[in-house]
Amino acid sequence: MKAKTTSKTTYQIPIGPIHPALKEPVMFEFEIDGEKIVDVDVTLGQVHRTIEWTGMRRNPIQILYLAERICGICSYCHPMAFALAVERVAGIEVPERADYLRVIHAELERICSHILWAGVAAHEIGFDSVLFFTWQIREKALDLTEYLTGNRVTKAITMIGGVRRDITKDMYPMIHETMNYFKDNFEKLRHIYLDDKTFKMRSQGCGILTKEDALKLCACGPTTRASGVKKDVRLDQPYFAFGDLDFDYVTPDVLTGEVNGDVYDRIIVRLLEVKQSIDLIEQCLDKIPAGDIVSEPKIPKLLATLKKAKGEGIGRMEAPRGEVFHYVKLTEQEAPYSWKVRAPTYNNILPWIPMLRGEQIADIPIVAASTDPCMSCTNRVAVVDNGKKYALNKEELHRMSVEKTRRLMA
Amino acid sequence: MAKGLTKAFKKALWVYHCNSGSCNGCDIEIIAALCPRYDVERFGIKLVGSPRHADALLVTGPVTRQMVDKVKRIYEQMPDPKAVICVGNCGNTGDVFYESYNLVGPIDNIIPVDVHVIGCPPRPEAIINAVAKAWVKLETLEAK
Ligand code: SF4
Repeated sequence: MKAKTTSKTTYQIPIGPIHPALKEPVMFEFEIDGEKIVDVDVTLGQVHRTIEWTGMRRNPIQILYLAERICGICSYCHPMAFALAVERVAGIEVPERADYLRVIHAELERICSHILWAGVAAHEIGFDSVLFFTWQIREKALDLTEYLTGNRVTKAITMIGGVRRDITKDMYPMIHETMNYFKDNFEKLRHIYLDDKTFKMRSQGCGILTKEDALKLCACGPTTRASGVKKDVRLDQPYFAFGDLDFDYVTPDVLTGEVNGDVYDRIIVRLLEVKQSIDLIEQCLDKIPAGDIVSEPKIPKLLATLKKAKGEGIGRMEAPRGEVFHYVKLTEQEAPYSWKVRAPTYNNILPWIPMLRGEQIADIPIVAASTDPCMSCTNRVAVVDNGKKYALNKEELHRMSVEKTRRLMA
Repeated sequence: MAKGLTKAFKKALWVYHCNSGSCNGCDIEIIAALCPRYDVERFGIKLVGSPRHADALLVTGPVTRQMVDKVKRIYEQMPDPKAVICVGNCGNTGDVFYESYNLVGPIDNIIPVDVHVIGCPPRPEAIINAVAKAWVKLETLEAK
């Protein structure tokens, strides 16, 4: 056969916004040379639901439930970060018991999220039996969540100044039982993910993010810790009761003695964090003091206090995926003057570029999944052009991102 | 089980899942329904990767403006007879996002919905029940 001569050596593959490999609407444009990825561009905005805009028309307690619906998987950290910000503005003291309860719920959510992620990662590699195994474990975590909060996914446990439900002594056995169940299965999970030959082949040396890049691109959460950066809001700026608890940064060298920053390391970090969360919950149960669970149980009174509050506040929290950041400005009005959400996936999308550079098409899913992206958290802005055309507001939000994305390989 | 459902199904039911801008809450509950505890695959209910293979469509999310034409196209690509299941409050009513400027939903406005599942998110049991109801519709259509 005669070889065709063509001046174009690369071709483009658009993926999304609806694609079987994507769990959420997002659009990618890959520029491919043979099997190699040359360029990547990301288009967001498909999940933009104008949450912040809507929030500026509601009172802070209504916003809690709105914030909960930013993302179904982080349905605890968003309202909590918002509550932290509002508490800071209004000068509300949270009772100590509530601080401990908040830690328990936060860590339980981390367990749910990391196990869910482990399943998705296995699925991306083609290991569906492992997906089902991890989700079976996850159901146990959901059972406990339901037992403690009344709901499986959107928990509605947050209240400004505390939490809405107490954990009584008679609930301890169920918590301990579930924690023991996790511990029993942890070894099995560790064995599957860290010793399995196929897993190692697909994850070691793949999707590398160097420490330098992680710092430069402001990656956060497990993604940055897997590259050896010691960054964790729980330790850097302790909130809730984290200051009283005993734990340390999780980096892959704890287990293997070295940091490679590849997909394998990100698996290690998340697995170890599950273990850490179990430990933190148990510490909380031991140390939890008696007392109130919320500073002001009467909602109308709380609303009146909030209506008098004035100022700006931020709430930072270590969500399962990294640091979530809420900014609130109250101006003695019913609704906040301004509310801004920065979800961890913002920071973790940029590192995709160095991770994916030079990898093969087949590695896209696992490399992308290894940062545990969450699109419904990330879609904050869409620009309306003549009421018809929509594009992401690149100037404001992804200025840096786009510059990097445009030219992946010079 | 839904009323009118026969003991044995004539064929397996293939479902396509479309996320039109949801918060993921409903989506993870759909996956949970597929996983060992609920395991709908034993009834022959299966998620497929293309709307062209699907008998029923599960739509989650309030349909943002960017997703309208995609949802419509997916619906058009499905072969007849087909059933549409709207999972979650936000697709049914708009939920907490109801006043948002970027929503075209509820899904009723865009494509005809056969089964509405209420809940934010609905429990996996509710989703399975809805799929069974859609099945009844498909079997009745076929009997005609
Ligand atoms: S119904 Fe609720 S849980 Fe489901 S996608 Fe909408 S906001 Fe999320």
